[in-house]
Amino acid sequence: MITTLEPITYKFEPANLSPNDYKSDLHPIWCPGCGDFGVLASFYKAVAEQHIPTEQLVVVSGIGCSGRFPAFVNAYGLHGTHGRALPLATGVKMAHPELVVVAAGGDGDAFSIGMGHVPHAIRRNVDITYIVMDNEIYGLTKGQASPTSPVGMERKASPYGTVETPINPLLFALASGASWVGRGFSSRPKELVDLVKAAMQHKGFSLVQVLSPCVTFYDTYDHFKQISKPLPADHNPRDRMSAIKYAMDEATLYLGLFYQEERPTYDEGYAAKRAQAAKPNYGIKEIMGKYMR
Amino acid sequence: MPNNTLTVRVGGDSATGGIVTTGEVFARIAAYAGLEVYTTRTIPAEIKGGHVMFQARIAPNEVWSQGDDLDMLIAFDQESIDRYYALVRAGGILIYNSNESHPPAPDGVTQYPLPLNDLAKAINFQRGRNIITIGAMVKLFGLPFDTATAVVEKQLGRKREMLEQNLLALKSGYAYIEQNVTKTAPYHLTPRAGAKEEERLVVSGNQALAMGAIAAGCRFYAGYPITPATDIMEFLAGEFPRIGGTVIQAEDEMAALAMAIGASYTGTRAMTATSGPGLALMTELIGHATMTEIPVVVVDVQRAGPSTGMPTKVSQGDLRISVFGANDDAPRIVVAPVSVEDNFYQIINAFNLAEKYQTPVLFLSDQDMSVRVQTIPPFDLKRVCIEPRQLWDGRDAAAFERYQDTASGVSPMSLPGMKGGQYVAEGLEHLPTGEPDYTPEMHTKNMFKRGKKIRQAAGDAAKWGMLEQFGDPHAPVSIVGWGSTIGPVREAIERAEAEGLPVAALYTKMIHPLPRTEIAEFIKDRAAIIVPEMNYTGQFARMIQAEYWREVDSLRKYGGIPFTTREIYEEIKRVYATLKKPTKKPAAPKRALRKKKVASKRKTARK
Ligand SMILES: Cc1ncc(C[n+]2csc(CCOP(=O)(O)OP(=O)(O)O)c2C)c(N)n1
Ligand code: SF4
Ligand SMILES: [Mg+2]
Repeated sequence: MITTLEPITYKFEPANLSPNDYKSDLHPIWCPGCGDFGVLASFYKAVAEQHIPTEQLVVVSGIGCSGRFPAFVNAYGLHGTHGRALPLATGVKMAHPELVVVAAGGDGDAFSIGMGHVPHAIRRNVDITYIVMDNEIYGLTKGQASPTSPVGMERKASPYGTVETPINPLLFALASGASWVGRGFSSRPKELVDLVKAAMQHKGFSLVQVLSPCVTFYDTYDHFKQISKPLPADHNPRDRMSAIKYAMDEATLYLGLFYQEERPTYDEGYAAKRAQAAKPNYGIKEIMGKYMR
Repeated sequence: MPNNTLTVRVGGDSATGGIVTTGEVFARIAAYAGLEVYTTRTIPAEIKGGHVMFQARIAPNEVWSQGDDLDMLIAFDQESIDRYYALVRAGGILIYNSNESHPPAPDGVTQYPLPLNDLAKAINFQRGRNIITIGAMVKLFGLPFDTATAVVEKQLGRKREMLEQNLLALKSGYAYIEQNVTKTAPYHLTPRAGAKEEERLVVSGNQALAMGAIAAGCRFYAGYPITPATDIMEFLAGEFPRIGGTVIQAEDEMAALAMAIGASYTGTRAMTATSGPGLALMTELIGHATMTEIPVVVVDVQRAGPSTGMPTKVSQGDLRISVFGANDDAPRIVVAPVSVEDNFYQIINAFNLAEKYQTPVLFLSDQDMSVRVQTIPPFDLKRVCIEPRQLWDGRDAAAFERYQDTASGVSPMSLPGMKGGQYVAEGLEHLPTGEPDYTPEMHTKNMFKRGKKIRQAAGDAAKWGMLEQFGDPHAPVSIVGWGSTIGPVREAIERAEAEGLPVAALYTKMIHPLPRTEIAEFIKDRAAIIVPEMNYTGQFARMIQAEYWREVDSLRKYGGIPFTTREIYEEIKRVYATLKKPTKKPAAPKRALRKKKVASKRKTARK
């Protein structure tokens, strides 16, 4: 008979795997040419270069074309419900901080139905990396305007053009106090690998917005190529005002690391409180004793 | 009821402070003096101000309900007299604040003025009126003054300066009664012999639940504040860090349940607690936990709804959403405790069921039992048993399939960190590997697999002490019930029995799946089945009807307050009157199955 549960903690040895080893047996169901392929390939490389063992890696997602991400990675995966990737990932990380936790999804998943969770993950500074594949459209539901779609987008659900101003995800994250903010482009894999790696190595919450075109419902390849360019060399990622300035520029979509700062992560902070509160030889019997008459 | 049981109600405006404290401290004094207490209270919907009442039933022996009439009303203001005076029984007592209210014309209720404002002024302690009242009550009931002092010190002694003032107030109330009320104590409550030495817990249902969760090995809690479930989070937020656990105040209920699911996915026992509106938000994720087969416990402390409804009033109206709330068929287990004490044992069952069947378990408490403070026997920790989750053995990684179909439908689970056990916990319909699959064959198979697991759980109800039978097992009239209605039902049955109207009762703490055979056996030969519950449509009654094709007498109360003993008793009488040959007992059943199969009242956790 078991009467108590011993907590499990894991020790991991650095892995020596090739990007291919992180491929699952499933071939992505994405349309040929979808930007998400580029993101996935960069992700394989980024985790391989960090020597993360597949059993230590947990990829969590919501719903969308991009939400299928975990299925294509040889790792632990949690495919949640629409919009809930961040709280699911927070639960995983807080229960087992020794795991490497990455959340992935689309612009609708992150900035519409799941937007309520974004500032809270930021404010907690949970040590997870959130890769948002932003195609400025709802791909899976076949092409409706998303919160990042430009004004005037004409689709079946907005036949006369949308009137809503798009969200600026990076500006939102910076304004919310995010400790790491960056932007990549699926067609610039080399930079994307480095960006994802840097995001994962950051201690705390990191938001990577990846421009990742939807060839089927909103082909923005040429557009993104035209208006995107690396952040100027003199941009200091420790300078929040400079980061905000470049994030506000919507005529040019700057790529690279916008902002980074170090502050205690949620699990570290909580662990410190735990260490403070810890009581030796204390359990249900002692707790009950406090309520005895 | 003889005069050794006392029902006292305290009413006033919460803005003047301390009405609930008055009741609670007094209840604790009685408990510490060796008596049994059972409390009920309302909380004002307003943040500051608004009428509140606290009721305590105090007796030498265990009490099961809040009682019918009031033996004593303590009115801090006129509103309390207007609201409750009519409930005071003939021969009862009214103590009223003579500085703020006028007593009704004398009509058989003894009235004692208590000039609370003057007394408070005399000791220069405006906010001391509640403690003065407690002092007065202690004298009126002949409770030991030193016990009162000890409780006040323990409960209110956090600030040293305040403590002296409080003790002064206590004395002042005590002295006032001593000097001005010449009669001897109208209720001298004498504890049972040796009762004071018996170990007794003084806790609320929410506290019992939180302790049960700790005993069950739960170490992760995420929740969003909501009355009347918040105490659970507050209790665990204090205790979990001391024992290595984690409490997160989430941004909303969807986040709360998602976090609990995420934690449990890694192997940590996890739960969330909420009330109706929060449960409504959680339904999508409950389906997700069913689909991904991740164990998780969701506590719903039911309150009156729909929508925001009446946050501080009781209801049992969330039964249907708990059993069925999700898109498509999403089988889960639903557990409901019956009392403050039972919260401890049933939440342990809830965790064990969740882990054993890898499923969400909904736990239906209610406002009444969650906030009520009661004296109960200490929890029997020897009965705590942990049913572990079935984990993958780590061998033959190539052949491992997370959702492999098995005879029981339960598939061994791997946890992040286990080498070779990688899989995706998939909310889409999937193959045994977890790979998404939409074929009709797979969906049919998996629907059956998920349903099969849950159906089996019914077999654990009797073994795990989730059935409670009482009353006369051979009675023609029966009551089948769930949840906190058990208190008044127990007392009503005693009363009816004393008058030659025997009743058999069965309470099931497993609401879904229903312990089919045991209930069928129990209702088989009954002439009538009364199903009392606190909701408008008779949600449990309809479940019983649908499940067993039997007509039942659905007794419903849906105003937001619990049943009284009398209401149940009247129904028993009414039902008996409709029977052709009322009091003749049927012959004893041939097989003496019932008694054996159904666990007795105290065996609430697994052996
Ligand atoms: C609660 C809920 N509402 C709606 C949907 C339908 N739905 C699925 S994905 C999606 C939007 C996906 O857009 P995005 O997050 O941008 O992902 P993409 O497909 O573009 O990668 C919607 C509305 C759903 N699955 N669940
Ligand atoms: S619909 Fe668009 S986003 Fe979805 S897979 Fe196809 S190209 Fe990619
Ligand atoms: Mg999108």
